[in-house]
Amino acid sequence: MEPITAEKNLEKVLDKMNIVVAGHVDHGKSTLIGRLLADTGSLPEGKLESVKKYCEKNSRPFEYAYLLDALKDEQSQGITIDSARCFFKTPKRHYIIIDAPGHIEFLKNMITGASRAEAAVLIIDAKEGVRENSRRHGYMLSMLGVNQIVVCVNKMDLAGFQEERFNEIVKEYDLFLKEINIRPAGYIPISGRLGDNIANKSKEMNWYKGNTVLEFLDLFEKEKSDEKKPFRMPVQDIYKFTNMGDDRRIIAGKIESGQIQIGDEIIFYPSGKKNKIKTIEVFNAALPKKAVCGESTGFTLDTEIYIQPGEIMCKSSEAPAQKGSLIKTNLFWMGHQSMVKGKQYKLKIGTRSAAVWLHDIVNVLDASDLASVSNKNQIDRHDVAECILQTFKPIAFDLSTEIASTGRFVIVDNYKIAGGGIILESLGLQNEIIKEHIRQREKNWERSSLSIVDREERYKQKPLLIVITGENDIGKQKLARSLEESLFKAGKYAYYLGVSNALSLSSASGNIEQSRASYIRQLGEISHLFTDAGLILITTASDIDDAEYETLKMLNNPSETFVIYVGKEKFLSPLWDMKIEENFNISDAVQSITEKLEAKKVLVDYMI
Amino acid sequence: MDHLDKLEAQGVYILRTAYREFKNLVMLWSIGKDSTVLLWLARKAFFGHVPFPLVHIDTKYKIPEMIEYRDKLALEWNLNMVYGINQKALANKETFPDGKVDRLGCCKNLKSEALKHTLSGEWPRYRLNHQTQKYEEDTNKEPYTGVIVGARADEEGSRSKERYFSPRDAQNDWDIGDQPPELWNQFNTDFAPGTHLRIHPLLDWTELNIWEYIHKEKIPIVSLYFDKGEGKRYRSLGCYPCTNSVASTSKNIPEIIEELKSGKFSNIAERSGRAQDADDGGTLETLRRGGYM
Repeated sequence: MEPITAEKNLEKVLDKMNIVVAGHVDHGKSTLIGRLLADTGSLPEGKLESVKKYCEKNSRPFEYAYLLDALKDEQSQGITIDSARCFFKTPKRHYIIIDAPGHIEFLKNMITGASRAEAAVLIIDAKEGVRENSRRHGYMLSMLGVNQIVVCVNKMDLAGFQEERFNEIVKEYDLFLKEINIRPAGYIPISGRLGDNIANKSKEMNWYKGNTVLEFLDLFEKEKSDEKKPFRMPVQDIYKFTNMGDDRRIIAGKIESGQIQIGDEIIFYPSGKKNKIKTIEVFNAALPKKAVCGESTGFTLDTEIYIQPGEIMCKSSEAPAQKGSLIKTNLFWMGHQSMVKGKQYKLKIGTRSAAVWLHDIVNVLDASDLASVSNKNQIDRHDVAECILQTFKPIAFDLSTEIASTGRFVIVDNYKIAGGGIILESLGLQNEIIKEHIRQREKNWERSSLSIVDREERYKQKPLLIVITGENDIGKQKLARSLEESLFKAGKYAYYLGVSNALSLSSASGNIEQSRASYIRQLGEISHLFTDAGLILITTASDIDDAEYETLKMLNNPSETFVIYVGKEKFLSPLWDMKIEENFNISDAVQSITEKLEAKKVLVDYMI
Repeated sequence: MDHLDKLEAQGVYILRTAYREFKNLVMLWSIGKDSTVLLWLARKAFFGHVPFPLVHIDTKYKIPEMIEYRDKLALEWNLNMVYGINQKALANKETFPDGKVDRLGCCKNLKSEALKHTLSGEWPRYRLNHQTQKYEEDTNKEPYTGVIVGARADEEGSRSKERYFSPRDAQNDWDIGDQPPELWNQFNTDFAPGTHLRIHPLLDWTELNIWEYIHKEKIPIVSLYFDKGEGKRYRSLGCYPCTNSVASTSKNIPEIIEELKSGKFSNIAERSGRAQDADDGGTLETLRRGGYM
């Protein structure tokens, strides 16, 4: 072995493709894979012999499927429990092959495997014919976005290698696939047990002139890269490793589509904040000028703005991401408990998590025969439903037909991913809910005969909500109490609302977003009472975001809302009305807040 | 992007997700090639930093060169290095080399048990003090609940069933039949209290990918993997009583890659030099169910 050849060989890097093998239970998926491994010489030395020996020892006939079912309890049960991964290669490329369980109990494992596949092999037993999971798996593949499919009619040896039987199955299944808009690359008659038409052409079925399984696999194309589509990067995190001597503030994430360069104008959704790419950061290499789809990367920006993980970064010059809180989706459910209305779930899309409710069910589809069931009130296990979901806060997304990776989501129920789906349509912003609530409130409000102006003149002040926000433990409460005292001494009617006094953050429920959402709502309602009474209300809240700010402002209307940010971040968001640096001096801070309020004519001096 | 770029991007994505979602996160570093690639990915993900502790389980039977290499890199790369050890089993000589237990029993004592109690914080943890360059008992006893591991699906049967984010309950049980699904790039990051989590960023890598990546990135790797003129080298690293070298004249990374691609190892399993695997009926399942990584 000369090292020179070794160096040369290194340059020849083979492509890699994920393939899923799906189909009804016992139709021969694992057998086909075992065959592919054996016939391409991809088994580790001695593996075939050791499994054969194991079978002999346990007086069971050897089956190719045993090669895969490496786990002990699987061999004894005879069914594949999870999507095993295995590897084989042809001269064209490497394959990662995923064996998807056909048993209905393990649909979630099939989906786990299939959601990462670029192409699929669907197997149908020649004797049993098209069964419920042949259809269900076909439907799931189309929903998961796997478009390259080849169908194998297996166990042809048991059907006497008859062309008629093969044609019968092809006809029936092709009708079904047409309904769900799948065009398979082809249909192959095979025998997994005997190896016909898998790696080698069948001698028994001369009537079949098409490709073998292996030839079909090599004909599949690599997933088309989304490089030409609009730029999307869900923000995964914002890093600042100051304590490790690094002052860069890096916006990190994986680019899901498009490409971007230094100097490009960008915009974040749903916040709508704009900025410009300053640098593209990498470890241990020269900084690149450009980053493309598929890369896990990081950026520094021209100016420092306050954004949160979960937003989608887009390019200003391209089609924007959608923003909304009412979405029409296609969803499949895998949870043991049905999905019901009125219960809160967690939606995960891109890098964003959001509280979500099932708003309405358009129809539920039984994927095994495509019969549609309307009037269903809940989505049961293994159902596929067209339904409308509602988030509390606006989320950013794309329609799945436009950009697949930012157009799909999962639903978490009881700590587990219980459903997945794709977005079909945006139905607008959910702000409507709060607006409607306010309309109702105004309508039902019993007004006194005193107007706000009457109170302003008496109290010699305008009613006002002051929210002091920022990180935890930065002195917000102390500042709020001092501000109250100072305003009071200056003759104002101010009241400090200690959050723990009035509101209960029910953290015991374990659902932070829900308690946070209702907390903001309560705070808004209480503020409205105080300001309606003509008072200045001062309160604190840790790190409120844009949507929460909007909610507070709307609920506190028509009185003013003034937000003060306390913290060490350098940036100033347009959201805050003013900012106080960390480690502030209390009386200086109170002084500058008072000046700012006066300058903005929020605090009017009536003492003339 | 070639296949190594894609594997890297996915690994980085998983690491960043783990870092964002879990507070008491650690990475296991066995000093071998896989977990060293994992460590390199962490430096990529966090732009040169490793913002969580690295945990090594010392069995006292590790090949000495491994420990030297560990401490050298820990100092150079400014790592938060922690090790744990089963002092009781070693003191009572409940080890295979001492003849009191078989190979599997020894693995269980020196690795699984040591790991379990080091992660939970019940047994002392030793942390590297970068000033003195010595290990000191760590005052932090909080349990580590998220553990990043360098397992690969192609290693052996049971590992091919893992998820990227894989929950174990408080008893360390792994319910293979009822693992929650992972869809696209969405992982299960919500867990009931008491659940531990294993995170596997290298699941889709093969042994060949590991070496190709080490070559591409010029990652420093412990020299035990190379033949130093005696016609043998290690293909997989562990404790010296149970890890045999293999006959090979590969002196550098390109030669190892060649050997894996078309040479003598293209069809022989990587862990064939690990004696404990053979004792477990060809799979590591018994060990993994008991918390072996």
